[in-house]
Amino acid sequence: MWLGLSEAMWNRLGQATLDTLVMVAVSGVMSIVIGILLGIALYVTRPDRFLRQPLLHAILGIVVNIGRSVPFIILMVAIVPFTRLLVGSSIGMSAAIVPLTIAAIPFVARLVEGSLNEVSPGLIETAQSMGATPAQIIFKVLLPEARGGLITAVTITLITLIGYSAMAGAVGSGGLGAIGINYGYSRYNSVVMLVTVMIIIIMVQAIQMLGDWLVRRTRH
Amino acid sequence: MITLSNVVKSYGRGEHTVSALKGIDLEVPAGSISGVIGLSGAGKSTLVRCVNLLERPTSGSVVVNGQELTSLSAAGLRQARHRIGMIFQHFNLLESRTVAANIALPLELTKTPRPTIKARVSELLTLTGLEQMGERYPSQLSGGQKQRVAIARALASEPQVLLCDEATSALDPHTTTSILELLKEINQRLGLTILLITHEMEVVKAICDQVSLIEGGKLVETAPVGKFFTSPDSKAARHFISDQLSLDIPASLKERLLPDGAPPQHSHPVVRLTFANDKVSKPLISHISRTFDIDISIIEARIESIQRWTLGLMIAELIGDADTTQQVIDHLSSLDITLEVIGHVAGTK
Repeated sequence: MWLGLSEAMWNRLGQATLDTLVMVAVSGVMSIVIGILLGIALYVTRPDRFLRQPLLHAILGIVVNIGRSVPFIILMVAIVPFTRLLVGSSIGMSAAIVPLTIAAIPFVARLVEGSLNEVSPGLIETAQSMGATPAQIIFKVLLPEARGGLITAVTITLITLIGYSAMAGAVGSGGLGAIGINYGYSRYNSVVMLVTVMIIIIMVQAIQMLGDWLVRRTRH
Repeated sequence: MITLSNVVKSYGRGEHTVSALKGIDLEVPAGSISGVIGLSGAGKSTLVRCVNLLERPTSGSVVVNGQELTSLSAAGLRQARHRIGMIFQHFNLLESRTVAANIALPLELTKTPRPTIKARVSELLTLTGLEQMGERYPSQLSGGQKQRVAIARALASEPQVLLCDEATSALDPHTTTSILELLKEINQRLGLTILLITHEMEVVKAICDQVSLIEGGKLVETAPVGKFFTSPDSKAARHFISDQLSLDIPASLKERLLPDGAPPQHSHPVVRLTFANDKVSKPLISHISRTFDIDISIIEARIESIQRWTLGLMIAELIGDADTTQQVIDHLSSLDITLEVIGHVAGTK
């Protein structure tokens, strides 16, 4: 086989790539959906905005900050009981999806809030002057006008999740991170290590290029 | 059509309260174009934002289309706002939508059926002279075109009132004129009531029927535009107009002016004359010169035309003995000419 690796190893690498993609995709979709909702909530409840709720805004802000402060490796271990409750196990791919999602939600929320902040307040005021409801302001003005920033936020999130998923490999999640650690790092197989890193680089590059292309398409 | 009564808007609490509006009373007649003019920070923007409650007044009443807006529920207010269009200094178009989709937005908000929207949008594109622009994006348009899109969008829901917040302030003079012509046209064709705020005298002169001067959060004078410029009642308005029309005393004359107090012998009065309409076309100066046998030296003069009114402004030195010049001053004052003695300069002999 190529690069002196056995067929079994290549099969393992193929399966691991697939596992990583599934972990990133599932946790990505869930964290992006919940994160966007949370980001919108942070945006609209600010005291100078159209659904002002200063107390709720402050509480959401603190929760998000706590979520973002806990290092991922600690979060993963800390929520093991919760993970078990949810998926019935604390190792394997579906067990890794839980901490990945929870770690990414506050991250997405702040990125989303940031890109909504970039929308000119004049546009919100204009929509209000037309008699738009808060839901109409969000869906017809805020989100479409912020979509370049939102796509960038999604891109950054997916790439961060690839990195996190590799870290999750250290505690038995499977995927490319696990192969890299178990075969490459522990058994000094630098070829396996190099191949896993190469695959991750290609994934990151592909997501970044896709994201950039989509952002360019939103510009007129 | 729009009635503001004792509208007060303050920010902050206790000792830190800042009042942007200190009791505004304003009546904008249906079908008219009314202007509120004032310097930066006078409260213009706050005033126009109080009309559709983008800013909620601290106290006072806002009646538009016969409806007291301050007592409406959130849903009621949204309903009322469909009948009040607004355009802004920076156009506020959605960059993510085409011109046509921008104009369609207010109609989407009211869940208008698609075919109706399409028909209405094409009608508005024609009205605002944007027939070929429907599929472009705002970033591909000039400032004047963007404001036309904003006007079309504001008219989409067939409002009875259009509010203009410094709508021409970001445009060059030529584009300003074309936007003002468009506003005048829709005012006449659709019978739309327009309230505009501006710091540009030219805007008021060009299209307003009625004008109010705002200073320090108060309306100091409201008058028909002809009267406002030719014979304002308030000192503030006179001051503002001479400031804006820049009929200041020339520096060379300022140096020659004698200190205040009783004018010494052989000094000549310098007067500022403001005369309106038919007085402008009369050979007033040569007539006075002949009748009273004095010389009149014109230091500065110009004629302003404001829609169908004309306004003559002049600074002149009356060269003659004290008795005669006093007679001239009395005579001019009796002629319905605004006369102000600026000071005296030393005579040449």
